[in-house]
Amino acid sequence: MSQQITLQAASELLWQEADLLDRRAYDEWLDLWTDDGLYIVPIERDVEDYADVLNYAYDDAKMRRMRVIRLKSSHSMSALTASNTIRTVSRFVPLESADNEIRIRAAQHLVDYRRDSLRTTAADIEATIRRTDEGLKLVRKVVHLINCEDAVSGMGYLL
Amino acid sequence: MTTTLIDRTSQNIDPSTLVKDDRVHTSLYNDPALFALEMNKIFHKTWVWVAHESEVRGKGDFISTHVGLQPVIVVRDRKEKIHVLLNRCRHRAATVCETKKGRTNSFVCPYHGWGYGLDGSLRGVPMAEGYDEDFDKADYSLVSLRTETYAGLIFATFNEDAPSLDDFLGDAKPWIDLFMKQGGGYPVAFGGEHKFRFPGNWKIQLENTTDAYHFPVVHKSFLQSLDQQAEELFSFLDGDGYVQDLGNGHSVMVMIPELVDLEANLDEPIPERFSDLAESLSKNHGEEEVRRIIRAVGGSGFNVNLFPNLACSMAFFRVLRPVSVTETEIRHVTLLMDGGPKEANQARLRLHEHFQGPMGFGSPDDAEAWERVQRGAQAGPDMWIMLNRGLDGDGAGPDGTNRGDVSAETGMRAAYQMWKRMMSA
Repeated sequence: MSQQITLQAASELLWQEADLLDRRAYDEWLDLWTDDGLYIVPIERDVEDYADVLNYAYDDAKMRRMRVIRLKSSHSMSALTASNTIRTVSRFVPLESADNEIRIRAAQHLVDYRRDSLRTTAADIEATIRRTDEGLKLVRKVVHLINCEDAVSGMGYLL
Repeated sequence: MTTTLIDRTSQNIDPSTLVKDDRVHTSLYNDPALFALEMNKIFHKTWVWVAHESEVRGKGDFISTHVGLQPVIVVRDRKEKIHVLLNRCRHRAATVCETKKGRTNSFVCPYHGWGYGLDGSLRGVPMAEGYDEDFDKADYSLVSLRTETYAGLIFATFNEDAPSLDDFLGDAKPWIDLFMKQGGGYPVAFGGEHKFRFPGNWKIQLENTTDAYHFPVVHKSFLQSLDQQAEELFSFLDGDGYVQDLGNGHSVMVMIPELVDLEANLDEPIPERFSDLAESLSKNHGEEEVRRIIRAVGGSGFNVNLFPNLACSMAFFRVLRPVSVTETEIRHVTLLMDGGPKEANQARLRLHEHFQGPMGFGSPDDAEAWERVQRGAQAGPDMWIMLNRGLDGDGAGPDGTNRGDVSAETGMRAAYQMWKRMMSA
């Protein structure tokens, strides 16, 4: 049976995701996605198809799984010394809605702390969320960092 | 422990005492006075890479970048000539361009409206009658750097007496030619970049593209993410690779000898990881073309390190820019097959993202190692950075060149000898 997804329900999914990422519960994060989901962190704005340009991340399910294996392994120095993060997601705006699917925009503020250094960054998040038999899932998440076109230093965490 | 004391309080540093055949002094990483000297004696004296021709394809196309610490504009004028201009109005110094890239007819200073042509010539001065009669616009062009190109690479120098770019690149040229074969039959073009900074000296980065030794240690998590065939390819420390001094501080590090000439061995079986791509390409391309594209799609098996700021590294350009003695900006420029098949270029983009950039499986680990070098160099200020791995001896390579095994520090020694020569000049 088809049904609209409320902005409240979609927002709660992004809050759940933010909490998982701050706690580095990466396996649970993988479960938030549909198999055809795309996780994209672009460099450029206003791009028609991110597949045709260079991004910071352009992850299908396989790449997301590989990414999580790397972040959890003890073989990556940058992952081992990764920042701690605390993020909030807010300012939710509905963009498009169809049966069992909604696209929303939100703001994310993230503070990371690592080795005497406290950094803040902000991003616009665009997320498409779908109702499945296993509950609401992410189909697409595009994270536009506020400084995406400038120098962006390495991060041992996910946005 | 070897601790030769160097007088670092002296106003007259003698750089030649800081570089020995097998080691360099720690102060090369953290002495601000040396950094200032490097800007004058290296970055303002030699050829510095500024752009690839495909970044300024059409008339009026420009990018803004730096030579050393100085902001410059690289622009193609109406007659297709490429200029590298100081980004500074001749009147009161304001930058005339704060856009990273674009297309324009002119550069107009936002402060008093002085307008410059694409060749840097001063075209318009508002209320020109306020100047003396002898005011001649020809005396106020944007400062233009000497500019030459090789194989699409644009270099500029402040030094009118520098040797030609051709002479400067010398023995590196055949390697640059080989590198450009990764167009797979198409020209190589700029395809975007990852840009990041790390809190460390620029030479830590300069060393890294001629350092195979770190690969299995720093990039273990990257290697583990590859299929077995690719993992074997990247496990090159046991192979027949080598590092060769190419003169003038340049060097080549061959990691995967079978990927030196991408137009050779086209009959080799197609690697498993590219089988889907090959199948897709074969819908619109003949078999030989598919083989050429597949062979080129992962890039070349070597790094050509050009002193001081560019490495043509496997499938991308590594560009470094010194920001301060303890800060460096790095760009990893991805290269595409210009006009080539969409799916092949998408494969190249995804391969670049896999290793490079702030979320790549390789670069963040490199950056962590470099940061640790800079932090560790605070300890033992009178100690030395060791570059004695695989001493190559003089003239052991072909035609009397210096050549060490793949993990030898030959390329670093070559770069530091050039550093010593330039800093002592």
